[in-house]
Parts: sequence; C-alpha cells; structure tokens
Amino acid sequence: MKLSEVPQDNNPGYEAEKRAVYAIDDNGRYTVATSTGWEAEDVVNTLAVEEFRRLAQEAHERVLQGEASPLEFHMYDRRMDVPTLAQATGIWQWRLKRHLRPAVFRTLSPRILARYADALGLGLAEVQTLPVEPDA
Amino acid sequence: MSIELPLSHRHTGHCETGVSSILLENAGLPISEPMVLGLSSGMIFAHFPFLRINELPLTTYRMPPGFIYRWLAGRIDVRWQQQRFRNPEAGMQALDEALEAGQVVGLQASVYWLPYFPQAMRFHFNAHNLIVYGRDGDEYLISDPVFQTPQRCPRDALRRARFVRGALAPKGLMYFPVAVPNGINYARVVTPSIRKSANIMLRAPLPWVGVRAVRGLARRLERLPTEGEARYARLYLGQIVRMQEEIGTGGGGFRFMYAAFLKEAAEKTHNRALDELAEQMTAVGDEWRQFALACSKQVRSKHALDVSEAADRLRSVAESEKQVWRGLLKAV
Repeated sequence: MKLSEVPQDNNPGYEAEKRAVYAIDDNGRYTVATSTGWEAEDVVNTLAVEEFRRLAQEAHERVLQGEASPLEFHMYDRRMDVPTLAQATGIWQWRLKRHLRPAVFRTLSPRILARYADALGLGLAEVQTLPVEPDA
Repeated sequence: MSIELPLSHRHTGHCETGVSSILLENAGLPISEPMVLGLSSGMIFAHFPFLRINELPLTTYRMPPGFIYRWLAGRIDVRWQQQRFRNPEAGMQALDEALEAGQVVGLQASVYWLPYFPQAMRFHFNAHNLIVYGRDGDEYLISDPVFQTPQRCPRDALRRARFVRGALAPKGLMYFPVAVPNGINYARVVTPSIRKSANIMLRAPLPWVGVRAVRGLARRLERLPTEGEARYARLYLGQIVRMQEEIGTGGGGFRFMYAAFLKEAAEKTHNRALDELAEQMTAVGDEWRQFALACSKQVRSKHALDVSEAADRLRSVAESEKQVWRGLLKAV
C-alpha cells in the first residue's frame, strides 16, 4: 500500500481517532502513516454493531411481551451473547438460558443477580429493570 | 498518588507488537514494531470453522495472544517478568508498587471496559495490550500504542478491564522486560524466524492454518447460504474482514507490517533478496485489501449476495501467499 493509497475515509466509528498503518513512501521505504479510517472497515464494523442493536431491540420487545427477562435485553445491550455472558459470570450456559425466561428470572437470588449485574457493569436494580427505550 | 515515568509513546499498528516494541525500547533495546512481528514469527493465517465468537467462526491473522512477546523473547534472549493475580485489589496494588519503583508495565485488558476506546470499537475482546506509565490521582496514564496520543483511564475501569472473566481472560496480567541483550544479532535470528513463519504458512499439519486454510475458506464462502436477506452470510463475511482490519493493522492485516520487517531485515543482513520479497509481500497485502473490499461490497449490497468475487480473490491470495513464502524459504 502506497502512502497515497492509505484510506482517509473519516470513519465515524473512530470518533476522530486515527489508526497507524504501514505504507510505502515515494522512495520505496516503509513508513508509519495515519489513517482516519477505511470505508470497508466501517461497513463491516457497523454491521456487527447493528446486529447487537437489532438483537437488543428484539429482546426489548420480547420483554415487553412477557416472553423474555430483562437479562436478555441487557445481555445484547452490552454486546454479549449467551456464551460470552456465561463465561463472564461463570454460570453454565444451560442455567443462563433458563434465566432468560421471565418466570425463572423472577426467582433468582440476590447473589446470582449480583453476579449478572457485576459482569454487565450494571447496578442490582438496573439488571432487573427494562429501560423504557432500547437505545437509552 | 501522582507519578509520571518517562516513556516515549509511539503510534503502532497493533497492540501486542506495539507494546513489546515500546517496552523493549524503554528498557534499552531499540526494536521496531515490524521487527517484533518478524522475529516473533507471529504472523499467520488461520480460520477455525468450529471455534465460534458470537456464532461466527474464528479467523485470525496472528498467533494467539501472548505468543508474540513470548516467541520474541525466546528468539532474541529477552526475559519478561509476568504476573497474574487472583484478586483485583492485589493486581492494582502490584501496579501501583511497580510504578512507585519506577517500572513502566504492560497490561492485558478487555477492550470493552476501557473508556477511552471509541464506542463503536468496544467489543468483548479480552486480550488487548497497553502500557501504564503513571498515575494522577484516580486516573492512570496509559500509553496504548494503537492510539495516536497517550490516554487516561480511571482506576475502577482499569481494574474491571484487567479482571474480566471469559475467553482469554487477563487475570490482571502485568509484564515488563527484566533482562534485555545488548543488541540483536540479526545474522543469527532473521533466518530462523522467517523459516518458522514460512513453515507455519506452508506446512502446518492442520487444514485450518496457513495457505491451505485460505483456500479452505474460499470453498466455505462458496457454500454460504445466499438466498433472501442472507444475514448470516453477510455477518460471516463481515467477521473475516473485521479480524483483518480491526484486531490487526488495517489495510491488509499484518502483511504490510511484515513487508516492512523484510525491508528492515534486508538492510540489517545485507540480503537484497529480502528486499524484493518485501515488495512481493506488499503486493500480497494489497490483494488482501482487494478481498476485503469485495467482501464489504457484498455486505452492504441491496442485491442478492454473490460471493464469487470474494472467493476468487481469496484463491488468488492463497496462490500469492504460497509464492511469497516459498520465495522466502529460498532467500534465507
């Protein structure tokens, strides 16, 4: 990649940060250049971010319908999935999946709730509550 | 507590190679980031269909976290002190004590919980590397080499980022070089480090590693379900490109960094053939970029998903990788 080819696409996701990349200058020598982003990277990263947002929004709906516990919303809202949250809490996946059901979630002890809250970076009350808007 | 230790922050392409380079320079052994990548033999390609992150297969362009600075240590006789901790308070205390003793340290931490990371980049990746070179009250002074300038991080956030549980959990890993050689004997180390990388890429016994894996991935792409919205297929393509562009170095992954290593190695060992192979490696990096472009085009396309261009480019990449690694084996 030549210096002139280093993308400067101003990825909004970078929040004005810059990435360092290796490119060839006019003398054929490698140098470290900065890039404000590459559109191709922005496209795929946005897809990944949007996928979590979609999952969180769907979970939000399901909680409102009484089909899922707030835990399912918070999990996707924090860009986790069942395996990730299971690993972060040390709770087995099959147990976690049960806790995604509202009836089971309601019976959870403060100790288990605290483990979820801690892994999700939420307060004890927060993890049991659904925010009004999924994008809050 | 208020401490600021002298450190030359540098903007580097990748975290583990960048931190290694900066810490070693700080300890009296100047070594560039490309040289770290090359001498550690850390660059590979692997695609594991059965190892899943967020339900998508794992693609990686480098050895697992920790291998770069450890393989480098073995290659050039550096000794690292590494500590892990059973509880967060012990880990934070050890960090403070190291700073008070005048020691700049590397840490492993989760990207998600570092507040200075842009929101769109905060995913649960637990094997990020950064340097702490001071503390100012409640904030730590961070030299995170993937950022252009030094950053700050509140103590609570750093504690959380260092002690998350999960895949590649850091357990508060703290490391710094305790013994560095006077210099690097390039004549002795360049050849075996290149041969090691070439052998991994050309002769790995597992079909999921190396050039075979690139070709295998091209075949998998062609088997992706492409009817309708093809959401899974798009996520699949997206994940490959994200591993190439985000965890790595942008624009072709590590290939450009490796080409820079070959140029530097050519100079240090007076081996003109490495110069030419550096150009060939640059061309390979450009091909990876073309592949990424083809994938992103499909990801955003409103039409039916068509993976043929991406698969073709990937096969071309496989061929070019094979040629450059064979060339490297002949040249060293």
